[in-house]
Amino acid sequence: MTTEHIVTSYEDELASLDSKIAQMGGLTETLVAQAFDALCKGDVASANNVILDDAKIDEFELEIEEQAVTMIARRQPMALDLRQIMVAIKITSDLERIGDLGKNIAKRVLSIHSESQPIQLMHGMKSMQELALSQLKDVLDAYAERNTEKALAVWRGDEEIDAIYNSLFRELLTYMMEDPRNIGLCTHLLFCAKNLERIGDHTTNIAENVHYLVLGTNISEARPKGDNTSRMLINQDD
Amino acid sequence: MVATHIVESEAPMLDKKLDVNDQDANNLAEAETTNVDPAKKSTKITSEDIDVYYGEKQALFGINLDILENSVTSLIGPSGCGKSTYLRCINRMNDVIDICRVSGTIKIDGNDIYDPALDVVELRARIGMVFQKPNPFPKSIYDNIAYGPRIHGLTESKDELDELVESSLVKAGLWKEVKDRLAGPGTGLSGGQQQRLCIARAIATKPEVILMDEPCSALDPIATATIEELIDELRQNYTIVIVTHSMQQAARVSQRTAFFHLGKVIEEGETTQIFTNPQNEKTQDYITGRFG
Repeated sequence: MTTEHIVTSYEDELASLDSKIAQMGGLTETLVAQAFDALCKGDVASANNVILDDAKIDEFELEIEEQAVTMIARRQPMALDLRQIMVAIKITSDLERIGDLGKNIAKRVLSIHSESQPIQLMHGMKSMQELALSQLKDVLDAYAERNTEKALAVWRGDEEIDAIYNSLFRELLTYMMEDPRNIGLCTHLLFCAKNLERIGDHTTNIAENVHYLVLGTNISEARPKGDNTSRMLINQDD
Repeated sequence: MVATHIVESEAPMLDKKLDVNDQDANNLAEAETTNVDPAKKSTKITSEDIDVYYGEKQALFGINLDILENSVTSLIGPSGCGKSTYLRCINRMNDVIDICRVSGTIKIDGNDIYDPALDVVELRARIGMVFQKPNPFPKSIYDNIAYGPRIHGLTESKDELDELVESSLVKAGLWKEVKDRLAGPGTGLSGGQQQRLCIARAIATKPEVILMDEPCSALDPIATATIEELIDELRQNYTIVIVTHSMQQAARVSQRTAFFHLGKVIEEGETTQIFTNPQNEKTQDYITGRFG
């Protein structure tokens, strides 16, 4: 365990940076969960709440960034402290993006709330969002605990989200081809799935930053990339 | 329009819109070629198992440290850690302290500087030193610079000496400011100018190594920036070892850093590595202000 700073106010500032990230992370998790819940239930009121809540996450981002800039100016941080402040800025920006992606799911609820959802498909969506959320939770724990093992597990786990996304992509295209009346709903759901996949990517970024924060080095393995949808086509005769 | 940095090497890092003919671009190219791999540089000074005693008290314990040619090495560490003691071993300044005893080997270009046959005065001409407080001689600016070359007999004629005084002042970045007042007293200059005068005086004996013991600690930030800019230029031709209490200064001016603690070298390595990701916990505690 690291010893404390001689200047206690510096120690307090670093601790407050951590606690703000924890709060911001908690808000982000809740927002994504509520957005997805609103999607499943077609709950417009709850979707609207999510859209409003995203502003709180944006405020956190500004606040943390401002504190980080002030700390750089006042403390001229070195080594671990420097890494913590740089990583705080980066994690905050990933969390803010995750918030935006959650908000985007909520916005789509407003367009498709009255349509009936294909049960099988929503099942796949649900497991994707559960996985994305548990990854997000784990990476925030890894940050709070400075746990590189946990961060690496999250980092490796992103491939699984990508795999679900690949199969959802295929499934959604098939629905659209079966009946053009599905296209509206399925396009929105496809974007929701894509948003969850992107949330996974931002979570992976955070895992990389936790690794850098603790060890001062980047993860040496090649990043697992499982999203194949950019090369995917479905023929009518399939 | 933003004014340019006193320290030129900072400008290209901030300004990406570089013109190839631009002075900054040239500096950047230069910085890239000189910064790429310090490991490629040859070793100028080697120290093996240096122990230093002041009477009964041991101040340095088995120091092994290599100093690379044409680069700046900073020695950092809390007060009393032995960094100044080590610095003073390099030009045998500790010889003048009666109770001080040095053992181990220090070699410059492979030659043992503690060889009894070696002329210490000649050694000190090869190794310039700049101190914490600017200490110009109570003489004219001209005589401050000419003093060393005169006692070492480095010049043959008055013209040659004039030239050496001018070139030393130019290298120390002081020429333009003092060329019209060379006969004026060195002590009449500002603190930063006095320190550059001392650097010019050190350069005048054509040294290979320049030792600096907290050269900026008595100066304001602008004078400090000027000296740091100078250090960056000087390393093209000299090997520089600097003791500093300012971690930021060590990070700014040096390519390699050695961290001293309780008379030992705890960690030595590339400056960027030491300040972003030190390998030793003591180093980290010290540079982040957690010591104690």
